[in-house]
Amino acid sequence: MANLTMVEAIRDALKVEMENNESVILLGEDIGKNGGVFRATDGLIDMFGEERVVDTPLAESGIVGASVGLAINHMRPVAEIQFLGFIYETMDQICAQAARVRFRSAGRFSAPLVIRSPFGGGVRTPELHADSLEALFAHTPGLKVVMPSNPYDAKGLLISAIRDENPVLFLEPMKLYRASREEVPSEAYTVPLHKANIIQSGDEITIVAYGPTVPIATSVANEYLQKGISIEVIDLRTIYPIDFETIIASVEKTGRLIIVHEAVKTGGVGGEIAAHISQHAFFSLRSPITRVTGYDTPYPVASVEDDWLPNVVRLREAIEESLNC
Amino acid sequence: MQILDEINAPYHQIIKSTGEVDDQQLNDLNLSSELLLEMYEWMLKARLLDERLLKMQRQGRIGTFAPYSGQEASQIGSAFALKKSDWMFPSYRDIGSCLVHGMPIEQLVLYLKGFLQGGSPPEDVKVLPVQIIIGGQIPQAAGCAWASKIRKEQDVTISYFGDGATSQGDFHEGLNFASVLQLPVVFFCQNNQWAISVPIEKQMATKTIAQKAIAYDMKNIRVDGNDVLAVYKATLEAVEHARNGGGPTLIEAVTYRIGPHTTADDPKKYREQTEVTQWVDEKEPLIRYKKFLQNQGLLTEESEQQLRQKLELEISTEIEKAEKIVAEPLATSFDHVYDQPHANLLEQKIEVEKRTAEGR
Ligand SMILES: Cc1ncc(C[n+]2csc(CCOP(=O)(O)OP(=O)(O)O)c2C)c(N)n1
Ligand SMILES: [Mg+2]
Repeated sequence: MANLTMVEAIRDALKVEMENNESVILLGEDIGKNGGVFRATDGLIDMFGEERVVDTPLAESGIVGASVGLAINHMRPVAEIQFLGFIYETMDQICAQAARVRFRSAGRFSAPLVIRSPFGGGVRTPELHADSLEALFAHTPGLKVVMPSNPYDAKGLLISAIRDENPVLFLEPMKLYRASREEVPSEAYTVPLHKANIIQSGDEITIVAYGPTVPIATSVANEYLQKGISIEVIDLRTIYPIDFETIIASVEKTGRLIIVHEAVKTGGVGGEIAAHISQHAFFSLRSPITRVTGYDTPYPVASVEDDWLPNVVRLREAIEESLNC
Repeated sequence: MQILDEINAPYHQIIKSTGEVDDQQLNDLNLSSELLLEMYEWMLKARLLDERLLKMQRQGRIGTFAPYSGQEASQIGSAFALKKSDWMFPSYRDIGSCLVHGMPIEQLVLYLKGFLQGGSPPEDVKVLPVQIIIGGQIPQAAGCAWASKIRKEQDVTISYFGDGATSQGDFHEGLNFASVLQLPVVFFCQNNQWAISVPIEKQMATKTIAQKAIAYDMKNIRVDGNDVLAVYKATLEAVEHARNGGGPTLIEAVTYRIGPHTTADDPKKYREQTEVTQWVDEKEPLIRYKKFLQNQGLLTEESEQQLRQKLELEISTEIEKAEKIVAEPLATSFDHVYDQPHANLLEQKIEVEKRTAEGR
């Protein structure tokens, strides 16, 4: 056991999997000597050498394209894209290539790789460093999308992602990198993919959150608990494929659903959940499903980002609206 | 490989690091004393601003910032070769060039404060917002130059980027377009030896960046990027070549990033301080140019002091102006997503306005 932050837990997951499996190699920009711009790979180059912790040329399409080839030829690449906003550079290699290797070869080849990338708002970063782009990948069959919200899950989910036989995007909310510490086992363990986590059970409303919005959901749920209203908070953990079973069971109990994410509203994961739940739990619903999300603009400049991001105020309003319906 | 050796030979230089000058080249340039001094003034202004911004960042008055100290000769010298009507596609580090080409300090400060207004230069300034995505501006510059060619305008486009950017597909695609279509564009690469923590030797196996132009059958120049006159001369040659219908040029300006990559970076993690001191001792661009001006009898310690004071005052005034400006509220952002916001967006804008008005 060790008391770790999320970013330390991620580093720990990489370390144990590199020890367990010689095929695991890390590649990305500034991940070697510099240990990654957030230090997620700090010290790993000293432990595993330059051949397994590779500072690549500055080329995201190259990083992911090479990872696809490595994975086809039986390596387990874990690529880092320095910030998720830079992943647009490699959309072809992810969505049109990695996602389809298995499909187009009728199962003969596959590309089990992991792409790690930090993202998320509220940190006053420059342009294209904060954008939540998970929906792009959730819209691409063949990929899995995973997002931890705490240190324990981060390590267990990342190990699962590395061991998974499919390409996985592992999206790391940078605001949570050092937000808290938690006891994390030193050895390898897994947290299953495709399985949402009920962090707090409740009877009157279900809030589905993931990554950076989980702390918002839990803090508001705690507030309401003081007032005698119990809210169920579900941390999605795997964003694609979605664990609908858990959400349906919850909504059948509470009859109310709010989805909170930082990504823009239109075409987001919240819409997908809302559609699915209104079809499969329609008769349990007591109020309309609502979404508390980023607005439909590009991620804004730092001076106004706090007004743009979903926050406790907006979530409270959504709860009131839902309860008073 | 003879041709490669030629390109990779020591770069073009006019002022040696000692301040000694190649008189022949200086005469050929035929620059007035005023212009020679003006270049120094801009270099010094850029340096003082860089130092000031670094302080402001530490005080929390601006956000993350990428210092450009050490690269002033490259940035100022190249921008001096442009006409006001030429287009500029800069990266986040090319502040010196942006200033010379007309971006007000005030706008820069607003940008660094994370204000919407910071992306928008005055009407007559053809400087794009600094590019964050490495290499993204390179094919765009080719396209911009293409439009000038189609519209039979005389404008040249310059694109700035770093050594790391040459690894991106965008670099190669942009150069190939410019070469195939023979576009009036200058690709100006500041090889400052580092892309964050990755040294040039790990970025590429080629000896130089200039040699990459061979693959595109493109004119190229490798120049001492810490020699402002050599940079000016090289860029002028490329700009005139472009304006006269000769097509694109790739310039490699060999320079050095003295400071951290950004204010969020700690270079002690990956590079030896001795490397920095060596570059500064041997090649620092301002020291060298100052020596040259002193040797020419154009500058004294005293006149430099006066210049410094004048520039500090100008910088302070601009910063004060910027700091009096209030941020555009979030609602304004909704106006710039499309020419007209669609119905759903408008609804969201109204919600945001209401929130702001009610303070929630
Ligand atoms: C597409 C993309 N990938 C990665 C980054 C992160 N990043 C910012 S600057 C930088 C290094 C750039 O090096 P170089 O091109 O040499 O320019 P310099 O910073 O030295 O001026 C990196 C990797 C980015 N901004 N955009
Ligand atoms: Mg560089």
